[in-house]
Amino acid sequence: MNIGWLEVTVAAFVLTVISGAFLARGRNWLEPGFWKGFAIGGSLVMFILLWILTFDTLKKISMGSERVPSPTVINHKIGYEYNADRRMYVPVIGEEEPFFGKKWSEKEAYELITKGKLVIQSRNCMDCHTLLGNGAYYAPDLTKAWLDPKWETMIKPMLKVETREEAIAKWLMNTDKYPTWTRKMPNLGLSEDEAKAVVAYLKFMSAIDTNGFPDHFGKTASN
Amino acid sequence: MGKLYESQKLALWYFTVAIVLFGAQLLFGLLAAYQYLNPDFLYGVLDFSINRMLHINAMVVWLIMGFIGGVYWFLPIETGREVVGIKLGKIAFFVLVAAVAVVVLVYLLVQTGKGDYFTLWFITEGREYIEAPRWADWGIVAVVLVFYFNVVATAFKSGKITGILGVLMIDLLALAGLYLAGMYFTPNISVDQFWWWWVVHLWVEATWEVLVGVLMAWSLMAVLGTPRKIVEAWLYLEVFLVFGTGILGLGHHYFWIGTPEYWLGIGGFFSALEPIPLVAMVVHAIYDAGSHKLKAANKPALFWIMAQAFGNFVGAGMWGFMHTLPQINLYSHGTQITPAHGHLAFFGAYVAANLTLMYIAIQGVRAPEGPALDSRAWKLAYVGFAITIFGMVGALTVAGFAQIFVERAVGGATWSAYIAGQEHPWVREPMYWRFGFGVLFLLSYVILVYDMLTIGKKAATVTEVKPA
Repeated sequence: MNIGWLEVTVAAFVLTVISGAFLARGRNWLEPGFWKGFAIGGSLVMFILLWILTFDTLKKISMGSERVPSPTVINHKIGYEYNADRRMYVPVIGEEEPFFGKKWSEKEAYELITKGKLVIQSRNCMDCHTLLGNGAYYAPDLTKAWLDPKWETMIKPMLKVETREEAIAKWLMNTDKYPTWTRKMPNLGLSEDEAKAVVAYLKFMSAIDTNGFPDHFGKTASN
Repeated sequence: MGKLYESQKLALWYFTVAIVLFGAQLLFGLLAAYQYLNPDFLYGVLDFSINRMLHINAMVVWLIMGFIGGVYWFLPIETGREVVGIKLGKIAFFVLVAAVAVVVLVYLLVQTGKGDYFTLWFITEGREYIEAPRWADWGIVAVVLVFYFNVVATAFKSGKITGILGVLMIDLLALAGLYLAGMYFTPNISVDQFWWWWVVHLWVEATWEVLVGVLMAWSLMAVLGTPRKIVEAWLYLEVFLVFGTGILGLGHHYFWIGTPEYWLGIGGFFSALEPIPLVAMVVHAIYDAGSHKLKAANKPALFWIMAQAFGNFVGAGMWGFMHTLPQINLYSHGTQITPAHGHLAFFGAYVAANLTLMYIAIQGVRAPEGPALDSRAWKLAYVGFAITIFGMVGALTVAGFAQIFVERAVGGATWSAYIAGQEHPWVREPMYWRFGFGVLFLLSYVILVYDMLTIGKKAATVTEVKPA
C-alpha cells in the first residue's frame, strides 16, 4: 500500500471534525457534553488511523524488506551513499565479503544477530549509547557504527588484526585496556561469541534504511 | 489529624515512597552528571549506564506512585465512599514497594548479565525507561490491575460515574494496556523501537497527560473551588486535543528507526500541534488563578498548579517543538537537546503535578478546616526549583546546539566527530553548569522535604492560641 502523509493528515482532520460534530450535535459549545463528543470522536479516529498505519509499517519493516535487511546482509559489503532521487543518504548493499572468515547461512545469521540483540540489551548499551538515535548521550551513536572510519584508522592498527570485524570484537572484549579518549567504555565481560554477535548486529543495523539519519555520516563538511 | 478515608491513608503511603524515590532519582542523576566531568569517578564500580538507568527508572516509578496516590486521595471525595478493595490495594502497595526494592538491588549489585533470556527475565531488559526485568513487568501489571479494579468498582458502587471518573477509567485502561507493548523481545531493532515508543510516547505524551488532566481537574476543584461544569468541559477539550495531536504525534519518533518515509510528514505535522492543549491549560490556569486574585487556602498547591501549567507548556510544548520537525530533528536527534527537553518537560508536567497533589494531601491531613496552608520554606523550594531546572536545561540546550554543529553538521556524526563535539568548550563547559545547578536542585529538594514535614503544623498551634 502506498500511503502519503498528506492524505493521512487530511483524512484525520476531516474524520475528526465529522465524527466530533456528529457526537456533539445539538449541544451548546459551552457544555461539557459538546467537548465530550469531540474527545470521543477525535480519539477514536486517531487510534484507528494509528492501527492502520501500524499494520502497514510493520509489513514494511520486517526483516528482508526493502527497509530492514535480512540477517544475511552480514555477508555483504555495506556502504552509505547520497541518493539524489530521495535527497538523503541511504545504505548501499554491495558484493559479498566474508564475515569472520566465512559466509553465514540464513539460519546461522539469524541466530547470530538474535544473540547480538540479546547481548546489547543485557549490557544496557542504550544507557550510554544511542541506537538509531535513541538511548543516552554519554557515548557515540551506534546506528552506523559498523561504517565508522575509526576502526580502520585507529583500532585495527592498535590491536594488530586483519579485518574490521576482528578489530571490533577484540576491542569490545578489552575496552578498558584500549581507551580512545578520557571516557573509557567499561569492560562488560563479553565472551568471544558475544562480541562476535554484537559486531554482527552493528553490521546488520548499519544496513537499515533510516531515512538519511545520521546525515552525511563519515563525511566532514570540508570534503 | 483530620478524618481520613482509608484510601487517603494509602495515598499518603504512596506519596511518602514517591518523595523518597524522587530523592533517589536526584542522587543517581547527580552521580551521572558528575561522571561527565570526571569519567573515572566510580568507573567499573557504578558506571554511567547504571546511574543513568536508576536516574530515569526512579523517576518513572515515583511519578506513577504519586499519580496512584493522587487517585486514591481524590477517589473517595469524588464518589463519597470508601474505596472498594482497599485491603487489596494496601497489599498491592507493599508488593509494589518490595518489587521495586528487589529490582533496584539487582540493578546495583548484579548490574548486567549474559546475553540470554535469563537476563531479560531477571536482571534487565536493557530498553531505556523500561529496563525492569520481565518478572517485575508482570508484577507491575498485577498491581495496576488491583488499582484499576479499585477505581472501577468504587466508581460503579457509588452509582454516579462523573465525567472525570469516565475519563479516568478509559485513560487508565489505555495506560495499562500500552505497558504490554513493552514486554517483548525481537531481534529486529526497528520493530523493537516501534513498540517501545508505543509505551514511552503514548504514556508520556498521551495517557499520562490525560491522567494529569484528571488529577489537576480535581485539584482545581479542591484548591479553588472551580465548578465541576467548567472543569469537565476543559477536561474533555484537553482529552480531545491531547489524543487528537498526541496519538499520531507518535510519528515524531518514527523518523529514523527504519520506518517508512510517510512518518516524517505525519509525525512532524501532528507533533507540531501537540503544544496546543498545553497552551489551553495555561489559559485555563491563568484565568482560574486570576479570578481568585492568587488567593487560596492552599498557597503551595495553587502555585504548583500554576507551575504545572507553565512548565508543561514550556518544557513539553516549547522545548519539544524546538526539535520536533524532521528537518531539524535529522541533526538534533540523540544530542543533548533531547535531555534538555526531557528534564524540563518531566519537571513541568509531572513533578509539578505530583507536588500539587502532595500539598493538597498535606492540607487534608494537617489543616482541613484552615487556616491557610503557607510557609516560607515552600516558597524557597519553589523558587529554587524554578531557577535550577532552567539552569540545567539552559546548559543542556547550549551543549545540544553546539553538538549539532560540531558533531553532526560539520563532523559527520562519527565516533571522532562525537569526541570532537564533547571536547568542545561549548559542550564541555555547560556540563559543569548542569552539575552545579543539579546540586542546587538537590538543595531545593531538601528544603521541599523539610517543608512537607513541617508546613501546617505551626499554623495549627497558632489558631489554638488565637481564641485565648
